[in-house]
Amino acid sequence: MARYILRRLAFLLVSLALASVVLFVLLRLLPGDPANALTSVGAAPEQIAAARHSIGSDRPLPEQFAHWIGQLASGDLGTSFISSLPVGPEVGARLRVTVPLTLAAFVLAVLIAVPAGFLAAYKRRTWYGALLNGVSQLGIAVPVFWLGMVLIAVFALNGGWLPAGGFPQDGWAEPAEAMRSLVLPVATIALVMSASLIRYVRSATLDVLGSDYLRTARALGSSFGRAMWRHGLRNAAVPVISILGIELASTLLGAVVVESVYALPGLGSLLATGIAQHDYPVIQGVLFVSTLAVLLIGFAADILQRIIDPRLRGRLSGGAR
Amino acid sequence: MSRPSTRHSATLIAGCVTAGLIALLALVSLLWVPYAPDDTSGGRLAGPGGGHLLGTDKLGRDLFTQLMTGSRIAFEAGLGSVLIAAAIGITLGVLAAFTRGWLDDTLAALLDILIAFPTLLLAMLVVAARSATLASAVLAIGLAQSAVVGRLVRILVKRVLAQDYITAARTSGTSWPRIVAGHVLPNIWPTLVVNLALQFGLAILAEAGLSYLGLGAPPPNASWGRMLQEAQATFTTAPAGALAPGILLVMLVIGVNLIADGLRDTLDPAARGRR
Repeated sequence: MARYILRRLAFLLVSLALASVVLFVLLRLLPGDPANALTSVGAAPEQIAAARHSIGSDRPLPEQFAHWIGQLASGDLGTSFISSLPVGPEVGARLRVTVPLTLAAFVLAVLIAVPAGFLAAYKRRTWYGALLNGVSQLGIAVPVFWLGMVLIAVFALNGGWLPAGGFPQDGWAEPAEAMRSLVLPVATIALVMSASLIRYVRSATLDVLGSDYLRTARALGSSFGRAMWRHGLRNAAVPVISILGIELASTLLGAVVVESVYALPGLGSLLATGIAQHDYPVIQGVLFVSTLAVLLIGFAADILQRIIDPRLRGRLSGGAR
Repeated sequence: MSRPSTRHSATLIAGCVTAGLIALLALVSLLWVPYAPDDTSGGRLAGPGGGHLLGTDKLGRDLFTQLMTGSRIAFEAGLGSVLIAAAIGITLGVLAAFTRGWLDDTLAALLDILIAFPTLLLAMLVVAARSATLASAVLAIGLAQSAVVGRLVRILVKRVLAQDYITAARTSGTSWPRIVAGHVLPNIWPTLVVNLALQFGLAILAEAGLSYLGLGAPPPNASWGRMLQEAQATFTTAPAGALAPGILLVMLVIGVNLIADGLRDTLDPAARGRR
């Protein structure tokens, strides 16, 4: 296992290096000169050249890349072209909205999806089993931003129980207000996420229910609950954890849309502004931090799977199936 | 087991009817729409009735006309993305499946990293690099989905290549291109078609998300996503504009998913009853 962790760690580092090269190159393909954002329309060529020089975009690409990696190595995400503020603290501030939003939605989605998915499989011949399955079919077809709009209309505009959007100016210094403003966004993400999770949990449970080992355990005199607890849970968890990792990562990054619906000052809105202003250090910083998070989540999911299922340990990445 | 098969064909029929209704709307919009898409003569935020079936939006444009154009854009987005995803994904997946050792590991890892990147984020980058048009959005979504298709194809092809009949074909001197055309593709297409149908639905949702963020097709040929974004501020005063595009969007995606489920059961009986 220790050997596996080392190999997987090396894979993580290589992926991170690869991802940062891709990120850097992809960004340089964006049309538009960031120096334009710094100078007024019709600026003299010397002014543009000076602006380019000041942000370093006149230097050769490999040199710019080396400079960026050097900064990263010392924990510096660079300085925004537009606001001249360091990117690191800004990303940190935005994470205080995006991380609680993602984690709360994730936990809520798991709490909904695991029992619901199990019931949808175990009670699939009853009306509520079929209903659960139908609701999850409906759920995966609902666009997350539209669900957000509907929830705002019902709970904020009509009911007036919760804020329609925004985040308190002082952030978590006003914990009650901050939490109130996250209730609807968390519910929005969790509902959409649990719809697809239910299908995976249901499918994994069906596999377990039809398995020979469960039948054997029952034949040897285990109660159903004990057989499920000892054998079923562990087997069903393996594919589900792999999906959970992907879902958590995509929620973190996909929060862009939900943050836009609810006007939340999170990582997503920082990225959107960065893209609109060609603010390379901001885009690079946000994408680097989120890529790192995605890779770490994948790392954790792979390790967790191999603790649960030793049969997977020969394989570098990914889970069952 | 006659009962499951009738139920499953019912799934397929339900899906075809639901998606077919919207396909019909899209087809008719090619020939005729009630009003010109940029005709603002209807008065702002008029309610349903009075010459406008569903009323008008905040600029006085006919809602039903926009819904019809939107359905066409949804189909264009879905079909375009899936075609790109299939072309790139199948090529990459087949190539990866035929390589071995570190090259295969690297390709698999690359596809895994790409998949971990959400479609929407990749799409935002591509759209920002080009411009906010339907073509950019379709290109971006197709590229992102090609990783998912590529990984699936790689796994499927590897499974086929491990079969005895491939060894037999090799020993009898059949060339690799003929093996791919004659044995590999026919064996993987049922699973592949089902997955592409699911990708079609996901592509429509992704395009709507991009349009909602203002990164999709520009007006007046607005997609459902942009219509919803424009109607958000007037949800309570003029609910038709904020509800109708969403309902059609959900209907179309459910219809396509039902078709995928029905196809899975018809083409791949082994998976019957799962999922």
